[in-house]
Amino acid sequence: MLFLPQLLEGAVVTIEVTACASVLAIIMGFAAGLARLSRWWIVRAVTVVYVEVFRGSSALVQLFWLFFVLPFFGINLTAFEAAVLALGLNVGAYGSEVVRGAILAVPKGQYEAARSLNFSHSRMMRRIIIPQAVVAMLPPWGNLLIELLKNTALVSLITLSDLAFKAYQLNQATFRSTEIFSMVLVIYFIIALGMTGIIRLLERWFGRGILYRGAA
Amino acid sequence: MIVKWDFAWNILPVLLKAAITTLEATALGYAMALSLGLVLAIVRRSRVRAISWTAGGIIEFVRSTPFLIQLYFLYFILPNYGLTLPAFVTGILGLGIHYSAYTSEVYRAGIEGIPQGQWEAARSLNFTKLQIYRRIIIPQAIPPIVPALGNYLVGMIKDTPILSAIAVVEIMQRAKIIGSETFRYLEPITMVGIFFLLVSLVFSAFIRKVERGVSMDRRIEKAMEIKG
Repeated sequence: MLFLPQLLEGAVVTIEVTACASVLAIIMGFAAGLARLSRWWIVRAVTVVYVEVFRGSSALVQLFWLFFVLPFFGINLTAFEAAVLALGLNVGAYGSEVVRGAILAVPKGQYEAARSLNFSHSRMMRRIIIPQAVVAMLPPWGNLLIELLKNTALVSLITLSDLAFKAYQLNQATFRSTEIFSMVLVIYFIIALGMTGIIRLLERWFGRGILYRGAA
Repeated sequence: MIVKWDFAWNILPVLLKAAITTLEATALGYAMALSLGLVLAIVRRSRVRAISWTAGGIIEFVRSTPFLIQLYFLYFILPNYGLTLPAFVTGILGLGIHYSAYTSEVYRAGIEGIPQGQWEAARSLNFTKLQIYRRIIIPQAIPPIVPALGNYLVGMIKDTPILSAIAVVEIMQRAKIIGSETFRYLEPITMVGIFFLLVSLVFSAFIRKVERGVSMDRRIEKAMEIKG
């Protein structure tokens, strides 16, 4: 318990990185997921390249690339910026598939009904399609954001003093490995539980007013 | 020109040699994840509540905590109990344990997909529990879940660079060593990225092929069911 205050300091950084990267991931996920359904092939092509590159090469490699390689192009990011950017872009690429799948899963009749009511395309997406798709995409997004939380441990390897970094440092200083790493695992587990709880609440909030048809 | 092509060409053999370590760690870790995952899935189905809950708890815990920390846990704690393993072995152990939590869920889905009648028929033929699993359940449960298991293989390859954190000299660690010796990170890290991109694209294409094969078998089976 001696180490708890220092570990909690690290946990705050972990939560900050998770929160910022999650926001970026959701923005990228929606942008890329919608862009995949674009009418223009060039937009679709660019999106496919983004998604494949970020899903195909490892998250740690992306993190190192942003932190160690970008300076060669004259772009110097802080460890925190590189962390948020790498994790956000990585999870956003996975999220785009979730968004695309959920939108495609909305029944055709919904599009036809909206069009027959003379909705414009953007209004139809905003008012009819996306609200229904969001319900279906919440559980997979929940899983992705938990993955994101777990991947934040990697930012310790680019010297950001998150929970994993503090644990490593304390271990080097005191050699009380069992205590330190057990506590850290439990702290991550608790954060993950908290996130799962929030996602459950969101599921209930977005799912209100929708009759259960076994779809969501 | 920012990229030094001759430098990239020079470090290519060294990186490829380290890539073999990456692939070895993946292969061994995956073998462990496949077997341990099956054991966990079966243990979780135990009728003794204490056993199934413990297995479920372990799976949930391993799935919700970072792989890097689990790796540190093994690497720093095992020696305290007199078990000093080479970093490479610890890495494989870590990959195997982490991914067995995921594969066990896949196996569970596969096993739960088997119709109840199969269990009843096997039991009525006086098969022992072990025989039922080995001869009846597992052979039917595995084929439909091959694609899902394959996806975790791709996932695992992309997690092997994390072994560099405990100084396993796989491709990422090699790239970092080259970077720190030459002060050029651009080429080695970019090449590592391209390596993982190629490997995962090839594997994903292969899995899609298998997936099509599996669903094709299923379609044939269904057609025969209707006919027969």
